[in-house]
Amino acid sequence: MNLHAIAQINSFLAALVLLTAFAMLVQRRINGLIHLFAWQGLFLSVNTAMIGFVASKHHLYISSLLTLSLKVILLPYILHVLIVRLKIRKEVETIMNIPLTMLIGIILVIFSYHLTAPVRELSSLITRSTLAVALATVMIGLLMMITRKHAVTQIIGFLAMENGLFFAATSATYGMPLVVELGVALDVLIAAFIFGIFFFHIHTTFDSLDVEQMARLKEGD
Amino acid sequence: MILRQLAIEIVQVALLIGLSPLFIGWVRMLKCWSQGRSSAGILQPYRDLAKLFAKDVILAENASWIFRFTPYLVFGTAVLAGGIIPILSVDLPLAPTADVIVLVGFFAVARFFTALAGMDIGAAFGGMGSSREMTIASLAEPAMLMSIFTVSLANQSTSLSYIVQVICSGQSVLRPSLAFAFLAFVLITLTETGRIPVDNPSTHLELTMIHEAMILEYSGRHLALIEWAGMMKLSLFVMLGIACFAPWGIASGVGLMEIVTAFIAMTLKLGLVAFGIVLIETGLAKMRLFRLTEFLGTAFLMATLGMLSFYILE
Repeated sequence: MNLHAIAQINSFLAALVLLTAFAMLVQRRINGLIHLFAWQGLFLSVNTAMIGFVASKHHLYISSLLTLSLKVILLPYILHVLIVRLKIRKEVETIMNIPLTMLIGIILVIFSYHLTAPVRELSSLITRSTLAVALATVMIGLLMMITRKHAVTQIIGFLAMENGLFFAATSATYGMPLVVELGVALDVLIAAFIFGIFFFHIHTTFDSLDVEQMARLKEGD
Repeated sequence: MILRQLAIEIVQVALLIGLSPLFIGWVRMLKCWSQGRSSAGILQPYRDLAKLFAKDVILAENASWIFRFTPYLVFGTAVLAGGIIPILSVDLPLAPTADVIVLVGFFAVARFFTALAGMDIGAAFGGMGSSREMTIASLAEPAMLMSIFTVSLANQSTSLSYIVQVICSGQSVLRPSLAFAFLAFVLITLTETGRIPVDNPSTHLELTMIHEAMILEYSGRHLALIEWAGMMKLSLFVMLGIACFAPWGIASGVGLMEIVTAFIAMTLKLGLVAFGIVLIETGLAKMRLFRLTEFLGTAFLMATLGMLSFYILE
């Protein structure tokens, strides 16, 4: 395969990652969110494997496999089990209305494009143009954590942010060293378990996973 | 040569006028089959139109010239739009006179007069329908223009004929900007032609109808013209989508063989698009009116993302 075609497939996958990030931002149902998160992981994993093939960096295959097993299979499964156990069925409430959130998301994309423009000028990698998308994914994940009230959706926002960071690493420098990536993957896995335990505790204490309830924790009155 | 071009222009417009009821019939037939009903036949829209043309026009006493003029205007703009969009060939004498932005303008003029006519009689339903239609239009038109701009940016022209030529020359197939613009275009087509997540074309239920509410007072040949223009609008949007996103098969010249191939390709594509429409319509329920801002906001988002990804990724 020639480089031009690879660059095109790469940017197409980047567009899909951005699309899933936005879809997560506007999705109201938790089940749908988890599916979208799994899809985003899948696109990332395919993209990483492809970059590993083009740049002949074989450690990228390992990170691609890690992404596939962790973010496409294991974490969505854990989250799914959690929401079944905690019987979360209803729609997620958002703080802002959805069209406004989308507009802010668009502004974030433009912002990250301007932020990464100098890097794009200096870099010579074929993946340099996807850096803006990666940064935008991080910011949209952050926006999702801010605009949602529900603990599970905030966690999914956090994990989407991590996806964005991973994507940024692959597109800026063809991936971090393998040791770092293994560490991050383990971190995310452990974090997911700890979140799970926290969810149970929050749920038993407040009978809900709405984090606004935590305002009741303060002393006085 | 110029005679031949004119002939093709006329054939193309005649095809649009003649075959759009057939397309609607095909969509309705597929829909019936997918829901396990027996259909009225693919020719039923023609029979409906013939029946309406044979009936007398009943006008309200206080109907003004706008009410009588609107059906002809709506039909006329649809015919004009059919002269601009490259359906069979890109070598159309009318094509240089108007680009795709003018095309959006045609649809806007038709919509403006339909809304006025809805309010003209003073009946409650007409005013309600007009108000809803304009609400939706104010959200759908920016998204439509944004999607069109993305396609124009990616192909460096707003002329539809040129866009078709650039895409057919086929330098790049996988373009994220075009994919996003396509998604936006699908959502907008469903909105503008009043298909199911936005408006139900086959119901007269008071609380939900939008387009039907505006034309409730029409009868006879006026109603026939408006219905016919509605059928043409669906075909026009599908053909606009084909020209912008999948124009393979549209003739680049005026040779007879090319035109025949283009006709066969067009028929196949229309047949396939009908499957897509029916899949969407049977899979989704009609949306609440207040959820439409989200639906059209998504369309706008897609179109904007397409434009951004043109700058970022290409």
